[in-house]
Amino acid sequence: MNKNGPLEYDYSVSKLFIMNALFVGTIGMLVGVILAWEMAYPEFNTFLGEDLAEYTNFSRLRPLHTDSVIYGFTLSAVWASWYYLGQRVLKVSMAESKILMFIGKLHFWLYFSASAVIVLSLLMGITTSKEYAEFEWPLDLAITVVWTLWGASIAGLVGFRREKALYISIWYFIATFLAVAMLHLFNNMEIPTMFVTSPAGETMIGAWWHSVSMYAGTNDALVQWWFGHNAVAFVLTTPIIAMVYYFLPKESGQAIYSYKLSLLSFWGLMFVYIWAGGHHMLYSTVPDWMQTMGSVFSVILILPSWGSAINMLLTMKGEWQQVASSPLIKFMVLGSTFYMFSTLEGPIQAIKSVNAIAHFTDWIIGHVHDGALGWVGFMVIAAIYHMAPRIFRREIYSKSLMNMQFWIQTLGVVLYFTSMWIAGITQGMMWRAHDEFGNLAYSFIDTVTVLHPYYTIRAVGGTLYLIGFVMFVYNIYKTTSAREVEEHELQNASPMGA
Amino acid sequence: MFHWLERNPFFFALSVFVTISFAGLIEIVPSFAQASRPLVGTTPYSTLELAGRHVYIKNSCNACHSQLVRPFKSETDRYGHYSRSGEYAYDRPFLWGSKRTGPDLMRVGNYRTTDWHETHMKDPAAVVPGSIMPKYTWLYENETDVETAYAEQLTIAQFFSTPYNKAIPMKDGTSKIIKMGDSIAEAHALALDEAKAIVADMKDQNIKDTVASGKIPEIVAIIAYMNSLK
Repeated sequence: MNKNGPLEYDYSVSKLFIMNALFVGTIGMLVGVILAWEMAYPEFNTFLGEDLAEYTNFSRLRPLHTDSVIYGFTLSAVWASWYYLGQRVLKVSMAESKILMFIGKLHFWLYFSASAVIVLSLLMGITTSKEYAEFEWPLDLAITVVWTLWGASIAGLVGFRREKALYISIWYFIATFLAVAMLHLFNNMEIPTMFVTSPAGETMIGAWWHSVSMYAGTNDALVQWWFGHNAVAFVLTTPIIAMVYYFLPKESGQAIYSYKLSLLSFWGLMFVYIWAGGHHMLYSTVPDWMQTMGSVFSVILILPSWGSAINMLLTMKGEWQQVASSPLIKFMVLGSTFYMFSTLEGPIQAIKSVNAIAHFTDWIIGHVHDGALGWVGFMVIAAIYHMAPRIFRREIYSKSLMNMQFWIQTLGVVLYFTSMWIAGITQGMMWRAHDEFGNLAYSFIDTVTVLHPYYTIRAVGGTLYLIGFVMFVYNIYKTTSAREVEEHELQNASPMGA
Repeated sequence: MFHWLERNPFFFALSVFVTISFAGLIEIVPSFAQASRPLVGTTPYSTLELAGRHVYIKNSCNACHSQLVRPFKSETDRYGHYSRSGEYAYDRPFLWGSKRTGPDLMRVGNYRTTDWHETHMKDPAAVVPGSIMPKYTWLYENETDVETAYAEQLTIAQFFSTPYNKAIPMKDGTSKIIKMGDSIAEAHALALDEAKAIVADMKDQNIKDTVASGKIPEIVAIIAYMNSLK
């Protein structure tokens, strides 16, 4: 390595994670689309025949969808971004240290192998039932190792850094690492049953992977939603903010609007987010004061969330023509807008009287997806579009394909959340409707059959989003052999072919 | 201060950790100090019921069915008494669910019968026209994993003092004993006894024959679990 020349960043680990994000993203979204059609047309549950029905029916596939898009697609993209921008903002190259490179590669391959086992185990029905923490104890241990390796990579790059001040993105990566580590460890406290001995002296009884939760009933729910809510926060929010704080200024050539606003949003988010988990258990058997805290903090959460979103949007101040001219900027600006929208909708649903109608209905599914498809999905897509020309040193294959993808996916998201709003509120109102004599006005099945049109619209919306995603994967695939770019270090706007 | 933190990663990380820990300490720890105790009349799951609960989890029934009746008239009219914390004392894990694509099942044992479940799981739309629940045909073929349920019973009896083989006071002043086997063979025998009581109310001759031969199909276990939800 030339000691006096410019730093040469090494993107080999980043590249692996990008490929995984594209691969698992396609699979995870495809499973989601299958689920959507199964809800609209139940006969679709046996689409591979009666013999395989056990593995293709809605309930068995559902955790596979959620886990693959959260931990497969999103985390891969987060790590691709980490191994890309971590080097750049800390001014240290992965190529400078054999150990860091080894940790990075090991991180990827262990993660990849664990993911493969997770897919199989979920298909077999091996699950703890806890949402987004379905994995049994051997996999929980594997996840802990993978996570620790990422921690080692952060510690390594930060330790060797030449740029002394940590950039905002690094704050969010560090927060993500710490919070998820804490949540994962506490939520997965479980006792493997393989260690017990029967009074007759028999050992190794039953399935070796089985375990029992350390917590029971209400306590178990409390820990699970402390985890569940914040897994959303620290996998689907903070690392995505880390990404946008780097990629938006880089792509647009604009400086972040306000340092103070980023400070306020960061520390505000850190303090407030975790409290809000209680809003998943309103009107349940957890103590009332905890439910109220969950509600109140959810509303306060609007402040730090909008702080980040406004900081993003105002970064484009004076440069709004870029939104019209660049599909890449379009993805980021609409993504930030969806973030604002989703972080307003969430607190509304967390208000107790609204939650009484919204809870258990499709409105919640709609909320999750305007965040996941509109915010996370769009930001990940934008990040990969920005990284690809720099990693492969080639221009993005097609700008018009990108534009088409943008509009198809936007239409998909809009169809998705509008249909789920109507479905959720309709069902919530029908459940509680009484007739003039005080009897329930509708039997449960009435409130199911009425949803059929909305389930169909949702499935169409999801399918459009998937089509857009396949166009994205194709565009990136073609980028690897597109026209080479001559500049050594690309500035700002990513080069795009027609 | 913030500028200083941004140059000192260790203290930065420490500050983040302290900031995110507050909520957990204040919201969760007090609830644990006051561990949830069973309501009078709440009993642990028998071997077959627990095996049925595993079948429920294996098929992610909780993806579409809640087990939490909220304290609203519309819910108590539909599902029965609202849920109380002590009723969940033996639920590891809890199965409240987060989506009601199908109805709540917290007290399904009060208003559905063995016979109903047997017909319903085979073809839900035949029993409830318009139902979007898939057919669970494999439950009639797969064999129940009694041993894992037994291992779980041993574990919870040992670690959480779950009262198996002990007299548990009931609401009417009597007491009830939930048995747990002393060996795998005994656990199998107990589960089989429960299964025989269930299949007496079932129609499917194959299932009856299978149980008579000493094997328990998953459908029998999950019905035992459903019937226990009251």
